[in-house]
Amino acid sequence: MSEQKFKYQGIGRDYQKKLLTDWYERLQNAKSVGRKVAYLFVPGNVAEFLRVFDFELVFPEVNALQCGVRKTSGDLILKAEDVGYSSDVCGYVKNDIGMMLQGNIGPSGTEIPKPDLLLCTYCGCTTFIKWFEALAHFYDVPLVMLDVPYLRDGEISDTDRQYIVEQLKEIIPLCEKITGNKFNYDKLVEATKHSAEAENLWVQILHSAKHKPSPFDSYFEAVFFMAPIYVLRGLPECADYYREALKEITERIEHGVGPIPDEKVRVVIEGPPPWPHFRAFWELLKHWGVCAVASSYSKVGGFWDHGFRHDYTQPFESIADYCLTCYTNQNLPMRTELLRSYAEEYNADAIVIHSVKSCRSFSVGQADMREQFIRKWNIPTLLVESDLADPRYFQAAQLKNRIDAFFESLEHKRLVSA
Amino acid sequence: MLVAGVDVGSTQTKAIILNENSEIVARGIVNTGANVVKAAEKAFQTARSTAKLEEWDVSYTVGTGYGRYKVLFGDAQITEISCHARGASFLFPNTKTILDIGGQDTKGIRINEKGEVIDFCMNDKCAAGTGRFLAAAADVMGITLDELGDVALQSNNPLRITNVCTVFVETEIMNHLSKGKKGEDILAGVHQSIAARSVSLLRRVGLEQEITFTGGVSKNRGMIKSLEEKLGLHINVNDDSQFIGAIGAALFALERAKSHHDGHLHQQEKFISAKELAI
Repeated sequence: MSEQKFKYQGIGRDYQKKLLTDWYERLQNAKSVGRKVAYLFVPGNVAEFLRVFDFELVFPEVNALQCGVRKTSGDLILKAEDVGYSSDVCGYVKNDIGMMLQGNIGPSGTEIPKPDLLLCTYCGCTTFIKWFEALAHFYDVPLVMLDVPYLRDGEISDTDRQYIVEQLKEIIPLCEKITGNKFNYDKLVEATKHSAEAENLWVQILHSAKHKPSPFDSYFEAVFFMAPIYVLRGLPECADYYREALKEITERIEHGVGPIPDEKVRVVIEGPPPWPHFRAFWELLKHWGVCAVASSYSKVGGFWDHGFRHDYTQPFESIADYCLTCYTNQNLPMRTELLRSYAEEYNADAIVIHSVKSCRSFSVGQADMREQFIRKWNIPTLLVESDLADPRYFQAAQLKNRIDAFFESLEHKRLVSA
Repeated sequence: MLVAGVDVGSTQTKAIILNENSEIVARGIVNTGANVVKAAEKAFQTARSTAKLEEWDVSYTVGTGYGRYKVLFGDAQITEISCHARGASFLFPNTKTILDIGGQDTKGIRINEKGEVIDFCMNDKCAAGTGRFLAAAADVMGITLDELGDVALQSNNPLRITNVCTVFVETEIMNHLSKGKKGEDILAGVHQSIAARSVSLLRRVGLEQEITFTGGVSKNRGMIKSLEEKLGLHINVNDDSQFIGAIGAALFALERAKSHHDGHLHQQEKFISAKELAI
């Protein structure tokens, strides 16, 4: 891509990298500048609520995935296994425990501050509960369990919504006590406004993948582009980021280019990436001209593409709705229908499921999903398995074989029917 | 015109040479061992020498199997899933479902009437239910793999083998032996255990007749019997069942060579240069 023609290419990743570096530095300095630190999970997180009290936020999954990408997760997982965590325990958990045992030095080499509060948003992943219980034990800090009811029948009931709102209000005195900052409704309004602004922009990027060729890979690129909306939501710099990132995507659409030089197959991807082998996994698919036009993983932080926005006119209620609708909190028929609808909306040729051995909340039911896609809707579906953090589960030869065989036959069918 | 297919499997490497009428001219089979590149060359050479052919007599070669990118003399690589589909459909044109039990993996493949892959399923992460499971049983019983099936056929009272793990099954067998159980009954149980796993794999992919059994384990008569009993159906087995991957590869090679010969490239398959993706 020539300099004159393209002004914004690379901005999405570079700017994101800078924001994350700044964030890790801020975390390292948090204690020295008197900031309190809250740990919370990405799915269904209540970042806007905690911003009111000026907490610095730590997301252990983000640390874990960063360690995975930087290929340090394997050693950290072994550390956790040394103290008794079984090989079947979630790779993210073991990465986090291993990191803590090694002095809590984060993926970028900076120190991750100890928590002053652990706020566990229980959104369908039971491991979250045990994870934070372990951290509460290790750090001896207060643990608050925000109980988010499962979306049993697919609808948000007002009772469930109010149940969460009441819990949030109950936590206020504890947050005030820890931080010394009083709850301020106007600050909550402001934080939700910032979030909604960023969400509007991010959705435009996600929807851009409906173009042919897609200007954006909603899995392999989205994982970089989505980081700010996870770690900086509720702050003005989050929307600033998406304004710039959108310029990159708009420019690609204008020139009819995308991440895959010659897009041949459009797929929807389900499941988190194999972080320690992220590049290798992408290459296996790129080889067949595969572009991910939609993915569930890029929505683990929220389903803004289906219309949800944080709403400053009713901040508490919209935070509750956000928790309730997160992906891991949805039932299997909802998840299946979501992926099917993505395949239709984004004009995908196939669905690829990357099943994660150590993540039950994602993996349970994926084989049944596959059956439905193939038999009920005639959508070719590939299921491959490795892990999101544990490098030992990535079997390159087997994965390559399955991926090649799948796309080989897909291409064959296409050529024959052409 | 002569073409070849070389199937580099985890345990054995098979080579097939076809003439332009799709007739098998020569076969070669060697143990794969540690040197995959050599194994591919040796299998090809074995096949050539039986038909007294030189390398340049063969105009196109397709590599398949796990070591397909190590067939350095090959012109293209295609996965064994596509090749088994093609080969099985060639030997048994009414094939709809293929069960391939190799050294380290078991595959269920559903194909259409043109021999194209509709869907496939494989054993995941673990060698349970594969040829390796039988090899472990043979080792502990002190007999060869070739004898295994015939010994199992002598059983009147198969034992139930509950272990699915290829490593732990040895302990279970030793336990049975220490209790004085008969070798044939233990082995019949081992065969039934693999048959049960294989049939559930086939059901996942969708079981439709006719069923063709391929891969190294398809030579085992005890396995054929256990599978037919479990399925309640006849399964197709050919003397060349073990070579089906190589035959499929050679058929792709023939198609490719002919289109080259005709001066136009009809891209029915994705062919990748060996150099481009040597892994």
